Amino acid sequence: MNARLLPYVLILPVTLFLCLFFLYPFVLVAAQAFGGADGLSLDNFRDVVSYWKFPISLKNTMLLAALVVPVQLALALLMATMVNRMKKGRDLVLYIWTIPLGISDLAAGIIWLAIFEQSGFLNSMMTGLGLADGPVNFLSYQNPGMVFLAIALAEIWRATAIMLVILVAGIGLIPKEYYEAAEVFGASPWQRFLRVTLPMLRPSLQTALILRVVLAFEVFAVVAALGGTVMPVLMGEIYAYQFDLQNGGAAAAMALIVLGISIVFTVIILRVLRVPKGATI
Amino acid sequence: MSDTAVLLPDQGQTRKTGRWLYAASVTLLCAWVIVPLYFLLINTLSAPETVNSFPKSFVPEFDLGSLTFFAGFQGMLTALKNSIVVAFLTMVMSILIGAPAGYALSRFEFRGKEAFRLLILLTRAFPLPLLALPLAVMFIRTGLDDTAFGLALVHTTLAIPFAVLITFSLFSGIPVELEEAAWTLGCTRLTAFTKVVLPLILPGITASAIFAFVISWNEVFAAAVLTIENRTLTAFLLQTLGEAPLHLKFAGGFILVVPALIFIFAVRKYLFAMWGIANR
Repeated sequence: MNARLLPYVLILPVTLFLCLFFLYPFVLVAAQAFGGADGLSLDNFRDVVSYWKFPISLKNTMLLAALVVPVQLALALLMATMVNRMKKGRDLVLYIWTIPLGISDLAAGIIWLAIFEQSGFLNSMMTGLGLADGPVNFLSYQNPGMVFLAIALAEIWRATAIMLVILVAGIGLIPKEYYEAAEVFGASPWQRFLRVTLPMLRPSLQTALILRVVLAFEVFAVVAALGGTVMPVLMGEIYAYQFDLQNGGAAAAMALIVLGISIVFTVIILRVLRVPKGATI
Repeated sequence: MSDTAVLLPDQGQTRKTGRWLYAASVTLLCAWVIVPLYFLLINTLSAPETVNSFPKSFVPEFDLGSLTFFAGFQGMLTALKNSIVVAFLTMVMSILIGAPAGYALSRFEFRGKEAFRLLILLTRAFPLPLLALPLAVMFIRTGLDDTAFGLALVHTTLAIPFAVLITFSLFSGIPVELEEAAWTLGCTRLTAFTKVVLPLILPGITASAIFAFVISWNEVFAAAVLTIENRTLTAFLLQTLGEAPLHLKFAGGFILVVPALIFIFAVRKYLFAMWGIANR
């Protein structure tokens, strides 16, 4: 076959597939969201935004992302640097730390339900240690703070691994000579982390943050398993519009809002952590 | 400031404390991952009555009551089967469609390469499960609604960017000279590929296939939106969250977790290599 045509033939299936199942659905979802009784309208958006649950679910989703993502970033950076200087048992520790990567958000929610539910392990522990007189119902309307905390913990537990993997791979790409040079000039471990690791890690940090932030706005099954209706989030509302209320237009409008938020944050992260041209390893 | 620390007389002592602290935090972080999983295991391997009682014991009683209840629950085994079918279809489609593109990216310089890479990277920065909403309408028109194949198409969209990037990094790891040598020895492009390259990257392809399988196996939102009668395991569990008894939830969660453990173990070698290359 013609060598100039071959690459195009090879990428054709993916391109067609993504056009049909990635780009085209976006056109559809926009058409659905802006569609009204007669032509273009913003009715769906007006309905969705003025619904009393919208500000609460937006606030919950944002607060959750604002709490979870920085903690995960710090934790993943700590774990990645720890693994980096490990000599014995590195493979075992990495295996254990990346286990949550393969665990679905629904399963993670159920796992933390085992801890936080009324007859769960946290209550058993607290009663056993004499810290509480009897089981407390943590996941109820009376304890919205506790519900939020449980969901945040489950999210941190589940999704730190994806950042860890990206950062460990990124640290592996930094040439050892940089650290040796820094050491020769008397840089402390902390200074080496700040002046060598962090700047060199920028492309990986970018990828890790974009992936994590977009996923954080998609939080759904963990909340469904732990919070039920106590803590509404955006994706849960979309699901409710689609299924319980059978309102496809409103669901599409909400979807576009989530999409818009994701794009805004992706662009912000890309700009803030911009990699200067020619500065990659 | 580091210099003063180095010059202190009890330097050995500080070193020792540091090393102890380091080992302690590694252990602590391992426990942070494992202990919640252990709690789930206890609940799964306990009788339904024990799961609903208080206080909990911290050792499993090895009773298969909860798992038996799970297997006997109306529709559960069908949902389990659906999950496997959808994940398998996703695995096959994403490799068949994604691998050629990975090869093209690693071997050729062509116009539009950057635009293509951008398209692939773009898909990762989008909340893809949302696509299930418009596709639900499209699938009803084409008769794909509520089928394993329809859902697998959406899951393939999720898995394809990873399939392309992983295979790209795998092919990049094989020197092009190997192929060229095969050409000079009388192989065509195709036979050089099947006889030289394919055997070398087969383990890596398997790893990325497993990756695609787990992406589909774990997906909740699109599965819940696109299936009604033929629910997958995640969709079925999500639907029953409200009324299901606790022991059913825990047994279901456990069944969801098991493939994940095996998966991470099987692909651990490739996990880091692929992310390293994907970021360049």
